[in-house]
Amino acid sequence: MKKNSLINQSFQNAKNEKRPALLTYTVAGDFTKKKSLEILKSISNYADICELGFPHNTPIADGGQIQTSAYRAIKNGVKINDVFSIVSNFKKSKKNKPIILMGYYNMVYQYNENKFILKCKKAKVDGLIIVDLPYPENKKFASKCKRNNINFIQLISPTTSKSRLTKIVNDSHDMIYYISMLSTTGGKLKVSAKEIIKQYQKIKNHNKSKNVVIGFGITEKTIESLKKADGLVVGSAICKEITRSIKKRQNAVTNVINLVKKLKNKIK
Amino acid sequence: MKLKKKIPLIDQHDKFGFWGGKFGGNFIPETLKKPIEDLTKEFEKLRKDQKFIKKRDFYFKNFIGSPTSFIKLENLSNYLGGAQIWAKVVSEANGGAHKIYNATVHALICKAMGKKYIIGDTGAGYAGKMLSMAAKKFGLKCKIFMGAKDIKRQKPNCDAMRKNGAEIVPVYSGSQTLVDAVSECMRYWVSNCDNTHMCVGSTVGPNIFVKICGWSTAQISRELKAQLKEKFKKVPKKLKLINCVGGGSSAYGFWSEFIDYDKKHIELIGVEAGGPKKSLLHAAPLSRNAKIGILHGAASYVCQNNEGQIHETESISAGLDYPGVSPIHCFLKDTKRARYTYATDEEALTAYQLVTKFEKLNPSLEPSHAFAETIKIAPKLSKNTILIVNSCGDAKKDRDILKERLGKN
Repeated sequence: MKKNSLINQSFQNAKNEKRPALLTYTVAGDFTKKKSLEILKSISNYADICELGFPHNTPIADGGQIQTSAYRAIKNGVKINDVFSIVSNFKKSKKNKPIILMGYYNMVYQYNENKFILKCKKAKVDGLIIVDLPYPENKKFASKCKRNNINFIQLISPTTSKSRLTKIVNDSHDMIYYISMLSTTGGKLKVSAKEIIKQYQKIKNHNKSKNVVIGFGITEKTIESLKKADGLVVGSAICKEITRSIKKRQNAVTNVINLVKKLKNKIK
Repeated sequence: MKLKKKIPLIDQHDKFGFWGGKFGGNFIPETLKKPIEDLTKEFEKLRKDQKFIKKRDFYFKNFIGSPTSFIKLENLSNYLGGAQIWAKVVSEANGGAHKIYNATVHALICKAMGKKYIIGDTGAGYAGKMLSMAAKKFGLKCKIFMGAKDIKRQKPNCDAMRKNGAEIVPVYSGSQTLVDAVSECMRYWVSNCDNTHMCVGSTVGPNIFVKICGWSTAQISRELKAQLKEKFKKVPKKLKLINCVGGGSSAYGFWSEFIDYDKKHIELIGVEAGGPKKSLLHAAPLSRNAKIGILHGAASYVCQNNEGQIHETESISAGLDYPGVSPIHCFLKDTKRARYTYATDEEALTAYQLVTKFEKLNPSLEPSHAFAETIKIAPKLSKNTILIVNSCGDAKKDRDILKERLGKN
């Protein structure tokens, strides 16, 4: 893997500005292929790293908001190759903005692991999160990613044991994703910010050089309290905003930009 | 890929939980790693603990009502000619289906782990009903996840669940059937795994759930083996064990003691749900050659499109209406130990009518699929061939569907 990946650089930039990096999550093809690219492009003016979900219809770790977005995208006919073309198009104008694809393993498996990684490389995908491919099952896949200069992002949760945590951190690449609480995505934050930061710190203590982000349950209301982290991920809140805008027949793109701006202001 | 002898099939997986190197495993979010590891340790400890085994056997006998009877279907055999047709009437078990075995064991494990809440998924409503019964018996709080479509079509079982004090959580996502119920149940567990135990209703899901369920339903074949020796003095020379397959828990339970036998001696036949005759949708991943995919934490043959999106399925039988299947059945298919076929909705209904016309037996729509295959093959076989059907569920729950499809009943 390249020493200074775009992902690393983004964290460095945020650090230089003395703030956490802002990571956004949207679903590719939500609510149309064109609109999702438009949303991605416009929020990337404020977000440091963009996560893009490739939708699956049996998402066992996602809450209602992201499920709704995923079903909407699938209904609109989005296919894996569309996801790659969205990324390629995005990178044409935003070549320095890191993109992380996120999804479930069956999609990768059906596409074929090697083919999937090659496609990622060609589209200039910077990182991958595969929700249901945990350590150590992900070892082979993670090293394949590494060889192709793609960051495989490991997840750590409050239930991760101490010995497991050490192994996962050792095996991780540039970024680690800490799941704030026992929840699917978009749940209400049921743990105090203090407790979350304490757990976060445990990961940091293992290896200061790894960028650790916190996700799950992060909204306009909660984001400020977790400012200490290297990065913060907001997903469900954005998906919810898209759903709300469609229902109210408002401009989803504008509404989402406004939300992301607000999120950014909270952590400046 | 090879089966080992003298080792229960549920234990023939590698260290990553795969049978035959590719079926099963643990495709789960990080949050579930720890609870699944804890459950695995607990189960491995309990199954070696004589006190626990005694307890299990006590409840199997006194709560479930083991052994269930093994009877000859004399009239049906005479009518069809050819092979002798027998039935293992597992629907006599408390609650009316084999699901009670798994539910009881999970409730006992939940107790042993000191958890007060138990959750489960259900399709036909049997797994849910049985879990609610076991929860009531052992003083556990119970939540059942069930597709909104299934709640409508399996009302009698829903009434039973509520009567037992369980909360039914309707699932409105996707096709609103079993596949979505399992997803929602797993999501709930992700969020509440610190104080809640999850029961997966069949031999599907992450590795440990396949094992616990198979270990529980194996009681069926232990009983059958003894009953065969009682009736025939030894295991008959030409034997075929016919079972419906949705997730595959009753089939595994029915077969587990007989897997080591040569298939020319004891043939294992699994019958999947072919769906409506003219429909393209079905729930038969094994017999209609679905590709391997990952569903609910395990790799198995799965009805899906080339992108990996899981297909909606369609079957008259809610209990078989599932796009995936147990990894152990995939293993039995690929090693050619078992043969898998399917019956359509119409064939299952016809079989139901024929069985109930000739016998004092009221098989639900799930085992009616197994009877459909039995009726098809029996006339072509010799008199000394013994066909045994696992009549694993009672048709009470299908009251409304049978009325709609067959008129008065």
